[in-house]
Amino acid sequence: MLTVDKLTKVYKTGDKALTDVSFTVPEGQVVGLIGPSGAGKSTLIRCVNRLVEPTDGTVRLNDLDITRLRAGELRRARRRIGMIFQEYALVERLTVMENVLSGRLGYVPFWRSFTRRFPPADIAKAFRLLDRVGLTQHADKRADALSGGQRQRVGIARALEQDPELLLVDEPTASLDPKTSRQIMRLIIEICRENGLPAIINIHDVVLAQQFVDRIIGLRAGVVVFDGPPAQLTESVLTQIYGEEDWTAMRQSAAEDAAAEAEDHEQAKKMMRAL
Amino acid sequence: MTDAAIPTYPTRWKRPPQMIKSRFWRWTLAIGAVVYLVLALGTVEVNWQRVVLGIERGQRFIAGFLEPDFTTRWRDISRGLVESLTMTLTSTVVGVLISIPIGIGAARNIAPAWIYMVCRGIIAVSRALQEIIVAIFFVALFGFGAFAGFLTLSFATIGFIGKLLAEDIEDIDEAQAEAIRATGASWFQVINYGIQPQVMPRLIGLSLYRLDINFRESAVIGIVGAGGIGATLNTALNRYEYDSAGAILLIIIGIVMVAEYSSSHLRRWVQ
Repeated sequence: MLTVDKLTKVYKTGDKALTDVSFTVPEGQVVGLIGPSGAGKSTLIRCVNRLVEPTDGTVRLNDLDITRLRAGELRRARRRIGMIFQEYALVERLTVMENVLSGRLGYVPFWRSFTRRFPPADIAKAFRLLDRVGLTQHADKRADALSGGQRQRVGIARALEQDPELLLVDEPTASLDPKTSRQIMRLIIEICRENGLPAIINIHDVVLAQQFVDRIIGLRAGVVVFDGPPAQLTESVLTQIYGEEDWTAMRQSAAEDAAAEAEDHEQAKKMMRAL
Repeated sequence: MTDAAIPTYPTRWKRPPQMIKSRFWRWTLAIGAVVYLVLALGTVEVNWQRVVLGIERGQRFIAGFLEPDFTTRWRDISRGLVESLTMTLTSTVVGVLISIPIGIGAARNIAPAWIYMVCRGIIAVSRALQEIIVAIFFVALFGFGAFAGFLTLSFATIGFIGKLLAEDIEDIDEAQAEAIRATGASWFQVINYGIQPQVMPRLIGLSLYRLDINFRESAVIGIVGAGGIGATLNTALNRYEYDSAGAILLIIIGIVMVAEYSSSHLRRWVQ
């Protein structure tokens, strides 16, 4: 369980990125964090594993107060928090396998990671995860040889290799096409369900968020302005978060996307049957 | 239709002055610069008699080039060459090994402030002192010979590789390093996984480039007594043996060209 209490972040420049943000994520819940660019979504999830130092407030993972940890303890806490990034953030020149295994860095001593001699259990786990995301045959390729969707799958495998108790997901679909976006979102949700993993997903695509997550938190200018189930996300709430916009038209085009995808699916099934 | 309906646009346009807006200062500065140049050229004293004398020497020098003598002094030349090549390779390896920790320390994005200052200081000192000055110092300290040359080139390599490596580390894609940090990796693991893969090709390229710079420099610092082919060249010139000197220069040019070509080839390959 993750508890964020009165979290505030003021950057050195004086910009107030977050103001008194509080919420609790219970076991197994997937939370979608929505809001316009610059609302503080990225800052918020980076405060959870302290890639960004919060100015005030506390973050508790189960009973551990992450905001008060010292360097060594923080590293131990970070290894239980998996993170999936916008633009994948894979180490481009390392192989897919090295990228997945880098999820174990917090658990192994330096010489093991330096010589790439990870414990057998870690290697088996990495292969299992690559199989889960459908990339087994790409294990020895360099990460920069993969397509966008494949790279994000490697990113997912790396996060899961950590044995996380919590997933932080930062704009997982930002640079993917609509269809791949859906597939990636579905994969992340499935994996969370399989393992009862709680997750916070930053996402700017409202429709995608509504379709997949259990709960939505809306952020505007660093303040929580909405917290509830996706069904309660009405037009007036969206206007409150994002400002005036034609939401109905947006929903329609998204519905068309989904319909097109369903059609693709049908066609693929037909092809399979024909074969 | 009246003329008023069609607005007339200017047909002439001149680029407005960019740097100095005032016409007076533009002219004053231009004339001032020309006057100074003329006066300065006037102070250069040319001893025409000496030039005439020198033309003859220059001709012998060029003649030596055209008829290089590799054989008479071959033993000296080959000894100098081997010394230079040894000096080049050892100083590059040692210099690169020392400059890696210094380069890492001099990268603002991964080093604490005080380490950053120290490492930048070392790099600044190494870069401020020209090889010849350092060579003169080491020759005074350790006497004539290749050891002084080896130290000089190692020292110069630290400034070169250290600075460029630090700048390359500062230019990395932070997201990749951040992702590694987020897994709970230690500082050394972040360097090894998040940074090293990003800078390695360039580090190898720079080291190869430094290798051929060091060879060229070994010829120059030999002249002030730091051993190698430069010392042989200096001896040949002092003895007015321009044919041997020509041979040495041709060998240096040949080796530099080979090193240049093969290092650029290797650099493309490590990408």
